[in-house]
Amino acid sequence: MIDKVTAISEAMKCVKSGDIIMIGGFTLSGSPIGLLRKLSELPITGLTAISEDCGYIRDDVKRKNAAALFDNGQIKKVIVSFLGMNPTVHKMIAEGTLEHELVPQGTLAERIRAGGAGLGGVLTPTGIGTIVEEGKRIIEVNGEPYILELPLRADVALVKAYRADRMGNAVFKYSAQNFNPLMATAADKVVLEVEEIVEPGKINPEQVQLPGVFVDYVVHCPEEVIL
Amino acid sequence: MADARMIIAKNIADMLKNGDFVNLGIGIPTMVSKFIDPKKTVLLHGENGSIGQDGLITGNRDEIYKFELTYGRENGDWQRGHRDLCNAGCDYITLLPGGCCFDSAMSFIMARGGHLDATVLGGLQVDTEGNLANWMVPGKRVNGMGGAMDLVCGAKRVIVAMEHTSKDGEHKLLKKCTFPLTAAKCVSTVVTELCIIDCENGKFIVKAIVPGITRKELQEKTGAPLTFANTLEKMQIPE
Repeated sequence: MIDKVTAISEAMKCVKSGDIIMIGGFTLSGSPIGLLRKLSELPITGLTAISEDCGYIRDDVKRKNAAALFDNGQIKKVIVSFLGMNPTVHKMIAEGTLEHELVPQGTLAERIRAGGAGLGGVLTPTGIGTIVEEGKRIIEVNGEPYILELPLRADVALVKAYRADRMGNAVFKYSAQNFNPLMATAADKVVLEVEEIVEPGKINPEQVQLPGVFVDYVVHCPEEVIL
Repeated sequence: MADARMIIAKNIADMLKNGDFVNLGIGIPTMVSKFIDPKKTVLLHGENGSIGQDGLITGNRDEIYKFELTYGRENGDWQRGHRDLCNAGCDYITLLPGGCCFDSAMSFIMARGGHLDATVLGGLQVDTEGNLANWMVPGKRVNGMGGAMDLVCGAKRVIVAMEHTSKDGEHKLLKKCTFPLTAAKCVSTVVTELCIIDCENGKFIVKAIVPGITRKELQEKTGAPLTFANTLEKMQIPE
């Protein structure tokens, strides 16, 4: 049997300084909090993060995801659709220490999908007539203008599912899918954080939402509730 | 006493039809769901990957954590809430029977692909061409456009929910937007606390007006010429 279950410290060795990383999750839901916490303890810097947001939601939410990576200065560039409320991120942008590229959320999803699917890009109407189209190729199809948006890939994707088998076949809880299954297709190495590991066969094949072939490491991180 | 936001939300809720599939943005649009007639089933699209939002689980921080402890580890609790069941605003939600969850690509297939009957979102400026600016004020902190640019792209109807003028009394309904656009020529209807306006052929057509305001007063609060529909309806004021 292929057994991808790996200790977190071993799995996270695939992240190197200067890497492009994808971070799954939409705000807290589906965020690989355990992997991010581990990464924040490692001497890794100069990362480019591709993510929906910057890992800080609002003051009354104590569980943090990517926020510590910014506080530690480990990230030099973000490609996100929402910078959010993270005060560190806005301070870094104001000081010019964080490069940022804002991408419409649906375009971000399609660029990642294109990266994972081996496509040369996607043509989208999103952003036509706005600053998003600046510097990009506009291609007319059937008389309508579309922006050519280029694929995104990463060195490592850090993603989170609720449950996976040892081969990496995974299922997600409710709205925690978001960018996770997409990102898992678009990176050279994929680390999957899960709350529960089961034996192959315990997940009905028709219910697998992320096929295990995309996953390199399965890391068990029991969800903790912080009070 | 109904405030401006409630008037806007109520009048948008009345526009939605039984069976409509609708995205409600953050802010006033979120309030729309409270005013939807319970006899109607309106399926709500959550851009982060759900259809069928029912309730919103609110409460202070301690209550939310307690909620996580109580319900966080059970299965099949989409009707009571789960810590992995949120809306785009990071609030915990519940789903109606028949709701479903999916990934972000699927979510925006629904938006961009023309599958939404309506998208309701906030606005900073709208102009007579139907251009919308709602994500960025020059010189101020930018948070990002999130899903707004995609959500207005394919929806059959784009409804902007915004107060008629800014807090400083500046016009928000203009001949031409001055802020960076969210999308060009996308707005179908603007609902403010004073009137309901359709953007048609480069004109603001007033379809309904709130009781107690004259056409002249409304025009003074608007930064572009208004055309009044032949049969001008009265806006609903919620109790």
